[in-house]
Amino acid sequence: MSFGNLDLNTVWFGLVGILFTGYVILDGFDLGVGALHLFVARSDEDRRLFLNAIGPVWDGNEVWLVTGGGALFAAFPMVYATVFSGFYLAFMGLLCALIFRAVAIEFRSKHPSPRWRRFWDWSFALGSVGSSLLIGIAMGNIAWGIPLDAEGEYAGGFLQLLHPYALLMGVTTVALFAMHGAIYLVLKTEGAIQARIRQWINPLIIAFILCYVIVTLATLLYIPHITEAFRREPWFFSIVIPVVLLIANIPREVNRGREFLAFLSSCGAMAGLMALFGVGMYPNLVFSQPLPEHSLTAFNAASSTKTLGVMLTIALIGVPVVLAYSASIYYIFRGKVKLDRMSY
Amino acid sequence: MSVEILARLQFAFTIAFHYIYPPLSIGLGVLLVIIEGLWLRTRNPLYHQMARFWTKVFALTFAIGVATGLVMEFEFGTNWATYSRYVGDVFGSALAAEGIFAFFLESGFLAILLFGWDKVGPKMHFFATCMVAFGAHFSAIWIVVANSWMQTPAGYHIVGEGLRARAEITDFWAMVFNPSSVDRLTHTVIGAWQAGAWLMVSVGAYYLLRRRHRAFALQSVKIGLTVAAVAAGLSLVTGHTSAQGVAVNQPAKLAAMEGHWVTGPQAPLHLFGWVDVASETTYGPALPGLLSWLAHGDTARPVIGLRDIPPDERPPVQFTFQTFHVMVAVGFALIALAAWGLGAWARGRLEIPGCCSGVSRFPCWVRRSPTRRAGGPPRSAGSPGSSTSCCAPRMRFRRSSRPARSPSPWRCSPSCTYCSSRCSSFC
Repeated sequence: MSFGNLDLNTVWFGLVGILFTGYVILDGFDLGVGALHLFVARSDEDRRLFLNAIGPVWDGNEVWLVTGGGALFAAFPMVYATVFSGFYLAFMGLLCALIFRAVAIEFRSKHPSPRWRRFWDWSFALGSVGSSLLIGIAMGNIAWGIPLDAEGEYAGGFLQLLHPYALLMGVTTVALFAMHGAIYLVLKTEGAIQARIRQWINPLIIAFILCYVIVTLATLLYIPHITEAFRREPWFFSIVIPVVLLIANIPREVNRGREFLAFLSSCGAMAGLMALFGVGMYPNLVFSQPLPEHSLTAFNAASSTKTLGVMLTIALIGVPVVLAYSASIYYIFRGKVKLDRMSY
Repeated sequence: MSVEILARLQFAFTIAFHYIYPPLSIGLGVLLVIIEGLWLRTRNPLYHQMARFWTKVFALTFAIGVATGLVMEFEFGTNWATYSRYVGDVFGSALAAEGIFAFFLESGFLAILLFGWDKVGPKMHFFATCMVAFGAHFSAIWIVVANSWMQTPAGYHIVGEGLRARAEITDFWAMVFNPSSVDRLTHTVIGAWQAGAWLMVSVGAYYLLRRRHRAFALQSVKIGLTVAAVAAGLSLVTGHTSAQGVAVNQPAKLAAMEGHWVTGPQAPLHLFGWVDVASETTYGPALPGLLSWLAHGDTARPVIGLRDIPPDERPPVQFTFQTFHVMVAVGFALIALAAWGLGAWARGRLEIPGCCSGVSRFPCWVRRSPTRRAGGPPRSAGSPGSSTSCCAPRMRFRRSSRPARSPSPWRCSPSCTYCSSRCSSFC
């Protein structure tokens, strides 16, 4: 299929962004459930409820990361190679966290021993928090900028990645996911446990907003290339307004007992945050600091037009199908979670 | 150790571990379709129970497959960044297609498969099972295409020089159907069927030996054995066509696999042996002309030997030769095992433990107290007091699934002292 004069590089910048947004929204809530697992769910039954609330969907949610990574590899191999080899230790940590988490979900309830279950409970919770933190740190570094050489290779070490801005971004991500996960749990549970989760929502929203305000201030003060993008295109601010309104809408909907709308607001707010991140970065995929001319952009790091065209064809066929059956699966598993003999 | 060796070791370890699980889920996917199809057709609750049990095993292999697969995807970038830059244009589209078409299909419908027993109707559930199995096969397609492209590249050209050089795609379909794709794909998928089927046979056989869940175990062995036998036979065929492809496309690889040094007609095939790389000879029993015949269908056709290949282009000969021969030996052993199992089935002796029939001796020591049966699949309603003695429960099982054809053939063999004392108390 031919796409004429379409700017495929920009299209793929957007599509990769959409895939990662999908990942953040979907895996965000099940990572958030993991973050709350030890504190909010105390009894064994509560913990099983938590696991089964995400049971049918967490696997599919993680596929968004796999596909996002695959799309990045295909569309922007330079970025893929630089980020993955440059953030080597961070990614190994992320992998370790994701694996412990996945195995914990599968293994935990297969054996009744309390010690066994406690071990996997901790694995699940630490894996979830660790993944969220590392995802946030990676995003913080990409925004802040990392030292790149002329070949596009990362020229720093691991500890250099743990500067205050990146850590702040990591903490913000954990808070955001925990808030998102709590709203999802309110949607999926009932009775006493639901009431307990409900009490956690407001503190989590406040924690997230605090972090978010600090991150925004830090971004405006210390990250000139993003500030510059907003100065150049003031309409970017129009994305900020719905994000703020959606976040403000969450406690309102929760208090009125309309959990589904609260969850949608949370999803919308996260999509808005990712969009802000995307337009602020464009066309840079990895910003190079201190030498901005080595930055990897949607144009100098992309695959050939031919490959981008082939992939767009694949995406145009595949993505609608994926969205259709993902939606129907969420529809089939709507409603409150109940424990039965096939449960975790 | 150099960083390169460490990176290779890490990659080898993780890919070997990963490669245990996706083949199992591909194979189990096919078996789940068969079992659930049988359930839809016969409405025998035993099949329903089996489908539920094997779905859980499938989910376990699938989840670990996803987790370890994520490692593979990351390692292309973390360990082989320069290589990823070089092939991203070609390789990436196959991986992206795998993500979009296969992984989502699998993981999405897996939710219905696992948690949807009471949420959707049996037909919809069966559809979900088919989609999961289909997705599992689809995911094999793209990664095997990418792997085949690395062996026999096609449909690309190289742009740039030095570290900036990279492969760019010129013809997508030529890349997909590169010379070794189809052979490698069929051999891989059929091997995966074997893996899943033998897993099912093994678990069923274990339960049979332990006298637990007899109806379930017996049916698992039968279904698994059928698929394993078919797949073992087909593996021989696809293995042969793969080797013929290697003879044409990668003569150096074929020569290393067979430890073949001198180019010429009547090339011999070594059954097993030892390669002396220094003196460029291979020792061991060989069948003259067979390699020529297998590779080209004619004993008079020459097969290129390693001496005609520059030393710096030769693969590591000893290692390739030995691992290839182990693989072939395992393939034939599995064919023999399948044949032996089918024979035992035909004689109605599948469920008779060795100690009582004399068919096999090794199971005696595996047997433990028959009263322990924690865990395992839920007991079917039709076999209440299943399995304490060698003799009685089999009749009960027969009644529960289909009418008994003949009286129980259990006999006690005096050859095993441990069992004969136990058997005599039952028989």
